[in-house]
Amino acid sequence: MRIYLDHNATAPLGPEVREAMLPFLGPPANPSSAHREGARARSALETARAEVAALVGAAPAEIVFTSGATEANNLALRGTAAGLGIVTTAIEHASVLETARAVGAPLSVVPVDREGRVDAGQVVAACDAATRLVSVGLANGEVGSLAPVAAITAGLRGNGVLVHSDAAQAAGRLPLDVAALGVDLLSLSAHKLGGPAGVGALWLRRGVALAAQTTGGSQERGRRAGTENVAAIVGFGVAAARARAELAANAAAAARLVERLWTGLRTRVPGVVRNGPADGPRLPNTLNVSFPGAAGESLLVLLDLAGVAVSLGSACAAGAAEPSHVLLAMGRDRDAARNGVRFSVGPSTTAADIDRVLELLPALVAQARGEAAA
Amino acid sequence: MSGGVDSAVAAAHALAAGHDVVGISLRLAAGGGSCCSLDDFHDARAVADRLGFPHYVFDLADDFERHVVRPFVAEYVAGRTPNPCARCNRHLKFGVLWERARALGARWLATGHYARIGTDPTTGRPYLRTAVDAAKDQTYFLFALGPADLAHTLFPVGDLTKAEVRAEAAALGLAVADKPESMEVCFVPGGDVAEFVERHAPAETLRPGVIVDETGRELGRHAGVHRFTVGQRRGLGLAVGSGSRRYVRALDAGTATVTVSDAAGLRARGLVAREVSWTSGAAPAPDTPLAVRIRHRHPPVRARLARADGADTTVLFEGDGPAVTPGQAAVFYRGDAVLGGGWIAAALAERGAN
Repeated sequence: MRIYLDHNATAPLGPEVREAMLPFLGPPANPSSAHREGARARSALETARAEVAALVGAAPAEIVFTSGATEANNLALRGTAAGLGIVTTAIEHASVLETARAVGAPLSVVPVDREGRVDAGQVVAACDAATRLVSVGLANGEVGSLAPVAAITAGLRGNGVLVHSDAAQAAGRLPLDVAALGVDLLSLSAHKLGGPAGVGALWLRRGVALAAQTTGGSQERGRRAGTENVAAIVGFGVAAARARAELAANAAAAARLVERLWTGLRTRVPGVVRNGPADGPRLPNTLNVSFPGAAGESLLVLLDLAGVAVSLGSACAAGAAEPSHVLLAMGRDRDAARNGVRFSVGPSTTAADIDRVLELLPALVAQARGEAAA
Repeated sequence: MSGGVDSAVAAAHALAAGHDVVGISLRLAAGGGSCCSLDDFHDARAVADRLGFPHYVFDLADDFERHVVRPFVAEYVAGRTPNPCARCNRHLKFGVLWERARALGARWLATGHYARIGTDPTTGRPYLRTAVDAAKDQTYFLFALGPADLAHTLFPVGDLTKAEVRAEAAALGLAVADKPESMEVCFVPGGDVAEFVERHAPAETLRPGVIVDETGRELGRHAGVHRFTVGQRRGLGLAVGSGSRRYVRALDAGTATVTVSDAAGLRARGLVAREVSWTSGAAPAPDTPLAVRIRHRHPPVRARLARADGADTTVLFEGDGPAVTPGQAAVFYRGDAVLGGGWIAAALAERGAN
């Protein structure tokens, strides 16, 4: 039996999500068609849109379905600030950072502290007359730190700067309300909260001008051309509804499991170091730790072979552990930045899973450190 | 696993022999070059999936930079022609990778190198032997492996010809069966070594200088000794006219001088090697006959050991000597056995000049 502790990479598809998707995987379902088949698809699409909007306290008409949070981030940055000033932070997901580097002119990248926290004042201070867009992720998926997005929007109110936030890791794990956050654009992903991969959404406040990046169709109110992936969107809607209903219980359970894991590691594995906020608000399901002297890659392989799936902070496309840009931004050296091991739990994780990992880890860490002969 | 056919078949053999196989590919260079591209990792992973064993990628780019790329650049700047593959084998594949694999519980490291491992009948110690397929033999790049390395090493394709390896891969349904081989220095994009060195070396170390003949007569100028290798004929930028072909005979980084000569002037009567390791643990007796290979794909030439004490090992060629390129490896053979090897520090001139 495998133990899956990599929910920040992707979460398993909920059984009820799968059930809801199946009726849309056979019959024709183009929401733009005028016939009854089209109407059925359109109705399902709009139901899902309402569910996704409800997850973040938004109006359905403000939701643009995309292929995922990566596309939503691209659409937000390219669609509002191409060739204009962008302010972002050093720990954003690559789909924000690389896109900002490609289109931001000028680009300002705000540093973070040793625990991965963004300072709202620094972000506000980085904005000037040239700034069109601020993009700050709500929760960091590698180390679990949260950004003070509401404080940033409050500090920028009235000066014409748009604020975007990538909420892919936060959605379903923290209560989200776009009005309380004060943001103008918000990116969401389905597969981090039990929906299918390949679908996400960009929420955009009514009245915010967005240049479509995919053209040649009036889908999504002209903001994203192309026939909608109805089955996946239906799955997203069901997953969003479920995540909203179970949010408080799931978050509390996740926090208990992470605390169990961290407490256990501290008592059983000498030298373990936590990467991320030591206390205060953080993503409840995420624990990033280093075991000095043990290569992260070795630990990942040992855990995988022992039946436990975890990940290193930031894996390149090949799956190799490049030094994590997040840990580098938090002031770690290149070696330490390679060796952060991320555990991320989900609703299906049990205390027994955590206890099994705690049983395995001391010997595996010793092995990776070269302390135990194989 | 490089993503090529040799390591794929090596893995298949290890699996067939009953080993519990874990495939590992190395990410060595951060960008560019023909090695360790995403396509190669994809190919290696596809082999692992097809054969049914786990596969991982380790990022050793920092170690590679330290142990291979920087020495490579420094050697060119110093007027020598480096051999990065031998250093990569010594420090990365049979060094860092093995340490990592051992920490995972590995008993053996199997690679797709064309080489064999024999056992000395008197001492019982393992030693390196040339591959069955002489045209593919890679012992030149593996000479620095000692008995302690070989005791946990498997070279499953060393007993096969390249054609047999491809046939086996095809029979196993591996997509890499007819994948072409990479030839160039894997981390140099486009194969332009001079450009790579210029991009990586401190600017003040790249000095223009003169091209002279053996008498010291100036024949032309050059943009830096790193652009040359001993034995090179093309690209000297010299006016034709004297009638004889001119070859690079020596490079002096200290004075930024390139010395050229005719073909006869290239021939050395021997060489001095440094950092020599002997498979048996000790140098053979002086005057021991052996064969020495001084370039990959050059056949070993008959020679005898003149001196092996302290840092320097001196070897004298029997008969007509070849051109000797400092920076390359000198690998010593007796029959199919690798006796040892080291790095060429200098050529011993055939004629009185120099």
